[in-house]
Amino acid sequence: MATAALTVSGVNALYGDSHVLHDVSFTLGSGRVLALLGRNGAGKTTCMSAIVGFLPPRDGEVKLFGEPITRLSPEAISRRGIGFVPQGRRVFASLTVRENLDVARQSRAGTAVPWTLKRVCELFPRLQERLHQHAGSLSGGEQQMLAIARALMGNPRVLLMDEPSEGLAPLIVAEVGRTIARLKAAGQSIVLVEQNLKLALDLADDVVMLNTGRVVFAGGVAEVRDSEALLTQHLGVF
Amino acid sequence: MRKLAWLLLIVALLAWPFAVGEFYVNLVSQIFIAAIFAASLNLLVGYAGLPSLGHASFLGMAAYFSALLTLRLGFDHTLAAPLALAGTVVMAALFGLIALRATGLGFLMLTLALSQVLWGTAYRWVALTEGDNGLRGLTRPHFLGINLDDSTAFYFFALLVMAFSLWMIARLVASPFGAALAGTREQARRMSALGHNVWLIRWITFIYAGFWGGVSGLLFVYYHKYIHPASLSLTSSAEAMLSVIAGGSGTLAGPVVGAAIIVLLKNYVSAYVERWNMLLGFVFVAIVVFMPDGLVPGIKRLWARWGQR
Repeated sequence: MATAALTVSGVNALYGDSHVLHDVSFTLGSGRVLALLGRNGAGKTTCMSAIVGFLPPRDGEVKLFGEPITRLSPEAISRRGIGFVPQGRRVFASLTVRENLDVARQSRAGTAVPWTLKRVCELFPRLQERLHQHAGSLSGGEQQMLAIARALMGNPRVLLMDEPSEGLAPLIVAEVGRTIARLKAAGQSIVLVEQNLKLALDLADDVVMLNTGRVVFAGGVAEVRDSEALLTQHLGVF
Repeated sequence: MRKLAWLLLIVALLAWPFAVGEFYVNLVSQIFIAAIFAASLNLLVGYAGLPSLGHASFLGMAAYFSALLTLRLGFDHTLAAPLALAGTVVMAALFGLIALRATGLGFLMLTLALSQVLWGTAYRWVALTEGDNGLRGLTRPHFLGINLDDSTAFYFFALLVMAFSLWMIARLVASPFGAALAGTREQARRMSALGHNVWLIRWITFIYAGFWGGVSGLLFVYYHKYIHPASLSLTSSAEAMLSVIAGGSGTLAGPVVGAAIIVLLKNYVSAYVERWNMLLGFVFVAIVVFMPDGLVPGIKRLWARWGQR
């Protein structure tokens, strides 16, 4: 594995008294896609929250390209280069598409080809057509594209995506999948949380499985494909 | 159509003092002052999603600063006005540090508490403020050599200041900062995940709102040539809040319309109806029941529906 883009080591996180993440550790290689899988309630979204700073870990460490970002504020973590596509899209409904993209703009020294409004619109031609429309009036698929585009405007060094295919029609899921594949081809490091196993396995290089807040598997995507036992035991699927 | 409406409004505003008597000129001057005050509060209530019940602090303190500087220290208005505004801004910055430790109901209570401290001080510190007697013997400034004691001159001065204030507020709302502010209102967490310092955005907005509240306070004290602790009271804050809600929070025209209704009810209707407060209550309830998001958005919707027919 090349340099580590994101290292999560020994992270414990609690919601009040309930211990949600137990010693979670994994590493995302630079330019790779890591799928974070698990049943509902396994701790996937909590894991995202711990990385982006919404739920500071009680102990353990998160490093971005070797630089510790644990317990920084969410805005500081974002400025260090973590981009986040939240579950359920969460675009700013009262702002136009363009304003949604503009508020997310961050420049980063050392970005080879920075994301601009123009480049984002090339990736999502539908957004180009709807730049001056209120984001609340977009379809679910378009809102998802906007949420991804918004995260890209921050020129993230690592992109976290929390269930980007959730609640979308199959055709749109395929489109989101193609987009993620293009980002990967462009060298973007991505952590992908997905319930859609096929989509996740098609895109990922590495897989981390969580079950009741613990890492129960970490390895290559081929291993998961071949192991029915893994899938049934931890994901409940065949 | 839109341009024509604007033109008619501008002509009406310019012609008003020449068409009616002094009472009505002064009535509309008061609307201008209340409109600036409500519009500044609307930055917090409507655009930042921060309901403040202490906005009278800024109106009242700018007014008291100006009154004390001119009356006690003999400062000229050209010096007293910027000093009063600077004092108000410093106070807004400090109040923001305290009040913005919370949002929602907590923010509301903190702003209320802070303004009550000022109100109480103005009431009790008789040596400085004359307490319940208020400060009398104040003067209006001269603007570009024109004596603002004349009601028509004051009308145009207030109109000018209001137009400038509303324009400055509209500019902020339409700027990238305004978009970020709307983002913090809708989804504060999301904004921080996008790298924005939500607290700082709110603090800057709080200070900006305080500044324009202070501007309305200066006009207020110039107009009345008198200042009383009531200007710092909860009633004063609540009236502005009612204006914003009745007119339509988060719209530019809403607070102006709301302020006009409240000033009219207070000054005009009260001459005919003894229990004008009750009438204000009824009007407010009717607005909230029939147009929950305020008069301006409500009428816009009716207009659109009518246009479709």
